Amino acid sequence: MEKVFTRPHALTDVPLHYCPGCPHGIVHRLVAEVIDELGIEGSTIGVAPVGCSVFAYNYFECDMQEAAHGRAPAVATGIKRVHPDKVVFTYQGDGDLAAIGTAETVHAAARGENITTIFINNAIYGMTGGQMAPTTLLGQVTQTTPYGRDQGRNGNPIRVSEMLATLDGPSYIERVTVDTIPHIKAAKKAIKKAFENQIAGKGFSLIEVVSTCPTNWGMSPTEAFDWMRDNMLPHYPLGVYKDIDAKEEK
Amino acid sequence: MGNKVLMKGNEALAEAAIRAGCKHFFGYPITPQTEVSAYMAKKMPKIGGVFLQAESEVAAINMVYGAGGAGARVMTSSSSPGISLKQEGISYIAGADVPCVIINIVRGGPGLGGIQPAQSDYYQAVKGGGHGDYHLVVLAPSSIQEMVDLTADAFDIGDKYRCPVMIMGDGMLGQMMEPVEFKDTDTASLPEKDWATTGTDMKRKKNIINSLFIEPKDLEDLVLARQKKYDEIEANEVRYETEDIEDADIILVAYGTTARIAKTAMSKAKAKGLKVGIIRPITLWPFPYEAFEKALADGKKKTFLAVEMSMGQMVDDVKIAVNGRADVDFFGRTGGIVPTPNEILNKIEEIAGGDK
Repeated sequence: MEKVFTRPHALTDVPLHYCPGCPHGIVHRLVAEVIDELGIEGSTIGVAPVGCSVFAYNYFECDMQEAAHGRAPAVATGIKRVHPDKVVFTYQGDGDLAAIGTAETVHAAARGENITTIFINNAIYGMTGGQMAPTTLLGQVTQTTPYGRDQGRNGNPIRVSEMLATLDGPSYIERVTVDTIPHIKAAKKAIKKAFENQIAGKGFSLIEVVSTCPTNWGMSPTEAFDWMRDNMLPHYPLGVYKDIDAKEEK
Repeated sequence: MGNKVLMKGNEALAEAAIRAGCKHFFGYPITPQTEVSAYMAKKMPKIGGVFLQAESEVAAINMVYGAGGAGARVMTSSSSPGISLKQEGISYIAGADVPCVIINIVRGGPGLGGIQPAQSDYYQAVKGGGHGDYHLVVLAPSSIQEMVDLTADAFDIGDKYRCPVMIMGDGMLGQMMEPVEFKDTDTASLPEKDWATTGTDMKRKKNIINSLFIEPKDLEDLVLARQKKYDEIEANEVRYETEDIEDADIILVAYGTTARIAKTAMSKAKAKGLKVGIIRPITLWPFPYEAFEKALADGKKKTFLAVEMSMGQMVDDVKIAVNGRADVDFFGRTGGIVPTPNEILNKIEEIAGGDK
């Protein structure tokens, strides 16, 4: 019998530690499928962040480096400058990429560093148990915003894709999500393009995946996706924010 | 080569690094070491190397971690406040067994401090700096020639033991000019970097550069294995210089620029009939305990005088080395003040006078 569906080779055959219903598994799989399809497993070096995906170095079958919190783009820069012919990607959450690592993110993007960044935005710190993230929405309740995020007290959420799209360095920035089959397909297409851009030497690409955290949001996985659609997508609209290939940019 | 050239310390060490095969340099401007970056910026593009001015010291050291993990000979350079910023990365580099070379051209502190020479980062360099159980190999040159020689050695030591190596100079060594000669380096005997993230090429199991080990037993095993490596370094890599320690009543202990000034003070003291010797640690870690054993071997009463451009940091290691078997005294200037030979001589005479 023909096998029509299998684990991507680039995804290591070990149990993931993620909570039930967490979209990290979906996004890991998409990245691994893209690595398989492009035939780049042997020439890819990944950089894992600090956050829920801290163990990503165990999940991808390629060479991996574990970065300090927020430093993945700098670590990836170091690797890429040594091996410009290899494919280097970072996989980072919102606290890692948009709080403690903002400088590294902005400057890797501004340099047009020829790497690919997968950015998971679920508006919360998952690993430490649900504190406010730089992308937490106004009014959103977290462990450190127990009365809801207040603009005066806690400041405003950061729209990373929009912010980075103002820079000249990035070649491609798109915001996607993985709540439905069509969205998952679109997300994969975006991730693939982000890797292809790097292989073509076009410079920095970032795919922001609007995601959920059922555990720390205190919801079931389906409720979490509903909440994401109702609250996060209006604030973080899906779409292409930068594409140097496109004739007309948004 | 065989030719002597007159070079500024910062530029000489940059050239030495390039000649040692360092093709990747990540830095951030800070006085008094900026000439290292400037030299690298000029030279690297011409030799197919990479000079990258990072957005911060934090980013620079993490680029070093990435590049070192990917198998390159890599260096960063900074001065005291910048080195403080690098401590997070240094701890990760040590924890992931990544070789690299870190230059600290020390200036006065704490805080923003000043820009004049100091040695007040000794504790930070030798006693940790970042978090966790680790050591840096710390090399302390006292001339530009030695800075050149130790830079080449630093890369070899790093690659041999898979560890970060720091060269601790000071503003004086960085800025001063002296004639130097560059020697050919030979890296043939060094181990292959089969652990590096170079891409598997689908021919080997994946390599992971990592310092996270969530199971206490795993982490303890790794720290213990690293300790064995440190034991080996302590056995093989200790370097120091001694002068006239055999018959001395007073033994100066000084490193770097201060050692040169201390030697002048020693000559002056000898001219006055005092029996003075000197121990000059070249490796600050591992500390040259052996030199102290030699000095203490005769069992005679004597005083060790630590001289530093700090309020007394290395003197703690002198006390550990002496372990109560002799008197230990201290003289230091700090904040960017370089001690004069006469100041040190006065202290020597004070100690000698007290002995009478």
